[in-house]
Order: sequence, then structure tokens, then C-alpha cells
Amino acid sequence: MKAHGKAWKFGNDINTDEIVPARYLNTSDPDELAKHCMEDADEKFMEKMAPGDIIVAGSNFGCGSSREHAPIAIKAANISCVIADSFARIFFRNSINIGLPIVESPEAAEEINEGDEIEIDFDSGTIENITTGKTHQAKPFPPFMQDIIKKGGLMNKVRSELS
Amino acid sequence: MGMTISQKILAAHADRDEVTAGDLIEARVDLVLGNDITAPIAIKEFTDLNIKSVFDPEKVALIPDHFTPNKDIKSAEQVKILREFSKAQGIKHFYDVGRVGVEHALLPELGLTRPGMLIIGADSHTCTYGAMGAFSTGVGSTDMAAAMAVGKTWFKVPEAMKFIYEGKLQPYVSGKDLILHTIGDIGVDGALYRSMEFTGTVISSLSIEGRMTMANMAIEAGGKNGIIEPDDITLEYIRSRSSEEFTVYSSDKDAEYVDVREYDVSKIEPLVAYPHLPENVKPARESGVKIDQVVIGSCTNGRIEDLRVAAEVLRGRKVHADVRLLVIPATQEIYRKALYEGLFNVFLEAEGIVSAPTCGPCLGGHMGVLAAGEKCVATTNRNFVGRMGHPKSEVYLSNPAVAAASAVMGKICHPDELK
Ligand code: SF4
Repeated sequence: MKAHGKAWKFGNDINTDEIVPARYLNTSDPDELAKHCMEDADEKFMEKMAPGDIIVAGSNFGCGSSREHAPIAIKAANISCVIADSFARIFFRNSINIGLPIVESPEAAEEINEGDEIEIDFDSGTIENITTGKTHQAKPFPPFMQDIIKKGGLMNKVRSELS
Repeated sequence: MGMTISQKILAAHADRDEVTAGDLIEARVDLVLGNDITAPIAIKEFTDLNIKSVFDPEKVALIPDHFTPNKDIKSAEQVKILREFSKAQGIKHFYDVGRVGVEHALLPELGLTRPGMLIIGADSHTCTYGAMGAFSTGVGSTDMAAAMAVGKTWFKVPEAMKFIYEGKLQPYVSGKDLILHTIGDIGVDGALYRSMEFTGTVISSLSIEGRMTMANMAIEAGGKNGIIEPDDITLEYIRSRSSEEFTVYSSDKDAEYVDVREYDVSKIEPLVAYPHLPENVKPARESGVKIDQVVIGSCTNGRIEDLRVAAEVLRGRKVHADVRLLVIPATQEIYRKALYEGLFNVFLEAEGIVSAPTCGPCLGGHMGVLAAGEKCVATTNRNFVGRMGHPKSEVYLSNPAVAAASAVMGKICHPDELK
């Protein structure tokens, strides 16, 4: 499984309020949430990005409240992957569980520039920067976690295991 | 390379000989917990799977404790979902009013949290059971739903931090002060993703209640779990509560710790965490902050030992005229014990009230919610903005002795400031 798209860069400690502000939490409809994805970090983000694009952020991405709405908004906005120096613990869990691909790579988070064209191979953990020609290696997800992401989330995986 | 106690428990439940920090593993769980806030969402997701039954009706615990006795129609509907699901699924560990208590006090009491177990709960303070040498951690509702279906979940194996406590405890200094001191030292994200292992001669002589208070607040430092190696105190407690078998794990001598801190507890005074973060720790002595309410209870400090300490301070004294004192025994068993021991007489004669077991004010739910500008000393674990009511109210976290003394003085103080 691969992701391919343009990189959008964000800083450290992006919290779940910036990813999807609490004022929009009166709904849990993914498409509604997606409209406000990253709004308080970059107001124009949803106008600029294209489906398949990649978020590249610093450390502690997704800190703050444990709302599952945050990774849901990113996924529904058609971001194909988030690369970060590190993720906050519950955001990490929630992302995997709802099937949002996330990759931890301090080196890639540091060296990728805004606008670079990136390709990520989730099976091998390879992050290729097509613009600069550099390659970064992240720890690949073990098969069962790739399986969760491929199936579109934990509940779908459970469903397929049970049937 | 050796493994820590947490890593060993994870490895055993993933059927692996060894795991290393950072590994992503899939592991069997021994107990899955949910409450009246988180379980309804998980039950809905579970029901959408269209499967007949949970993986093991003896290994699911549904504990309606947050808004019980039902505070309004909405909360009554939530609990009804748990009750009906439990009946339909034959879930053994569902407890209703009259039998229920705050989940993290109730489950240990029922002998359901034993050494070596792997426990997940859709509640962040699930980390409490590390006091018994279990690996336990909080998860989301989706995790809970999936675990109820298949009996396993995934983990990233945490790195570990070791905290060693040596020296002699000063009067009125308890497990609460040790953990507040620790959080004050490393900060609210100081243990992000990591296991916090508590050890040292002070821990070895700490009661099981004091240990639960410490493990309970591991999450307030960002920790994934807090854990204490089982010893005679643990085993005695477990054997008095359960006849089930269990496995005792301990950390290898050459286990890896990313950080090791040693504290001389002789220097630690009774502490208070000021608003709005548990890391804002200051000595209680001569604090002098005037207060409106005192809450003694919760999964952190609502156990019998806590009530005894509070009663000792309050005996023969009266709560300050400007202060409301609320005592909330965490479970029915604690409630009965406190009643028979005559502790309620002490609280009532001091002009405090005693409520039925509930989370209640701890999360600003009911039974003592604060108005704008009000200040409360609480033996709970979180003092975030608006945690106990109005966003402009303030919560100060302390141990039960400080809370009781402050109730009498009308301001935050060290118990020995009482004359
Ligand atoms: S007592 Fe407070 S912290 Fe503990 S489970 Fe209840 S609401 Fe959560």
C-alpha cells in the first residue's frame, strides 16, 4: 500500500483543537468535520490541499483532548498520510483504529520541505522525496497494523476476522 | 537485553518470548472495562458488528459510576444501555446502584485486577491496576468495542522510566504526595508514552491503597501505565480478594530505562496541585488559599484508608462556616466499612455530608458542582479548567489529611496547623 502527494508542513505540538476546533463538534459526520480540517492551524488549508496530499509535522502531533474527531477529520479530508517527528499517545491509537495512516520519522519530518512530492510505501516504511531525491526509512507497521489501515479501521478488521 | 515488568506482561500476552520498546504488538486482554460514558459508544460499535456474543462474558466489566445514581434522563438512558447489554450478553461484572462503586476502586476490591494481567479500559485512569502488578491502560471506545469482540488489542511497547523512593515519610505524607511530587518534577507530559515504574523502600512499605493512588495518576504525567512489582503486601491483598491464579512478573536487572529518578521522601511535605494542571505543585503549609468546598473521594483517594485519615483529622472538629465538605466513599464496601467504624459520625458531627458511591463532582457531573469563582480542595486527580463545574472555578488537588484540615481551617493548610 502506498501514499503519494504533496507535503504540507506544520510545527510542533499541533493539538486536536487546531486539527478540528471544538466549535464544530456538534456533529460527528466525517464530511462536515473534514471541512474544518486543520482550520485553526492554517485557515486556508482545505482550499489549498488536494486529495492524497500529506501532512508533515513536528513533535507531539495530536496532543490535547482524546477526541476521535481529529483523525476522522484528517482522513475524511483525504489526506493520505501524516508524517511526524512524534505523535501524542491517544491520537496515535485513534488514528490507527479509524484507519488513518501515520508514520513516525523525525528525519523525514525535519528534512521534507513544504510542497515536496512524497511517496510512502507502508509495507517497507520507505519515505521517498521525489522532489529532492532523498529517501527516509521509518519503522514499517507490522502486518496486522497494515491490515487495520488497509481495511479502513479496527472495526472493519474485526468484522473481516469474524466473518 | 532484559525486560521490564510491563514489557514481560505484554510479551506474555502476545505469545512472544520477548518484546522491545517501540515494537507494535497484538495481545490478548484479560479484562475489558467501560463506564456509563464510554461503554454506550462501544456497545453501539459492537452491535454494528452483528455478532452474537462478546469474546468472554466474564472478562468484560461494565461499571456505571460517573453519573450514578442517574442524575438526569440522559444519564439514565446511558446506564440502561449498559444494563440491557449486560443482561443480553450474560455479562457477569455489571454492577448497579447498591452494588456499584467508582470503577477503579471497585474492580480491585472484587479481585478482578490481579498481578500479571493485561487490562484495558475505556477510561484514562485504568492505569490504577498497576498497583497490583498488572499492565493496565486507558483506551478509546473503538478499542473497547473491538476488544469486547475479539479479546485482543494492539499496543506499542512502551519505554520505561523508573522512580525510586527512599527515606522516611513525614507525618501526613502519603502516596498522593509522592505522585504529585513526581508529576511536579517531570511535568504533565514527562512520561508521555512510557511506563512509570515505582520502586524503592518507601514503596515496599506503602499500603495497597497508597500504591493505587500513585498508579492512578500515572496518566497525569502522560504515562501509558504506572506499575509496582508485586510483593507480600500485594499478594496478601490479592489472596484476600480472589482465589484465581495469577502470574507475578518483575523487571530484569538489566532492563532498560530511559530515565531513572531517585527521590528522598524525607524532604517531601504534604502537597497541593494548584489550578489548572497537576504539575503545579506547592507545599500545603501556609498556602492560605481560601476555599468554598472540599471533596474527599474518587478513584484516587476514596478508599477506606483515605476516609480513616480524613476522619482522624476531623474528629472533634467542625468544618469552617464558609466551607461545604463532601465525603464520597468510592464503593459500597468502603461505605459499609466506614459506617461500621463510626467514621460517618465523625463526618456528620463535623457538619460534612456523606454521599453514595459515585464519580459525581470529580468530573463536574453532579453532587457538588462548582459555581464561577469558587475554589475546591479535592482528593481527586485532575484540576483542569472547568473540571468540577464552571470554567472559572478552581480545583486544588491534595491528600485526604490536607483536604480535611483545609475544610476545618477554611483555607488550604498543613494538618499540623490545626490547633
Ligand atoms: S472518580 Fe473521577 S477520575 Fe476516577 S473514574 Fe470517576 S471521574 Fe474518572
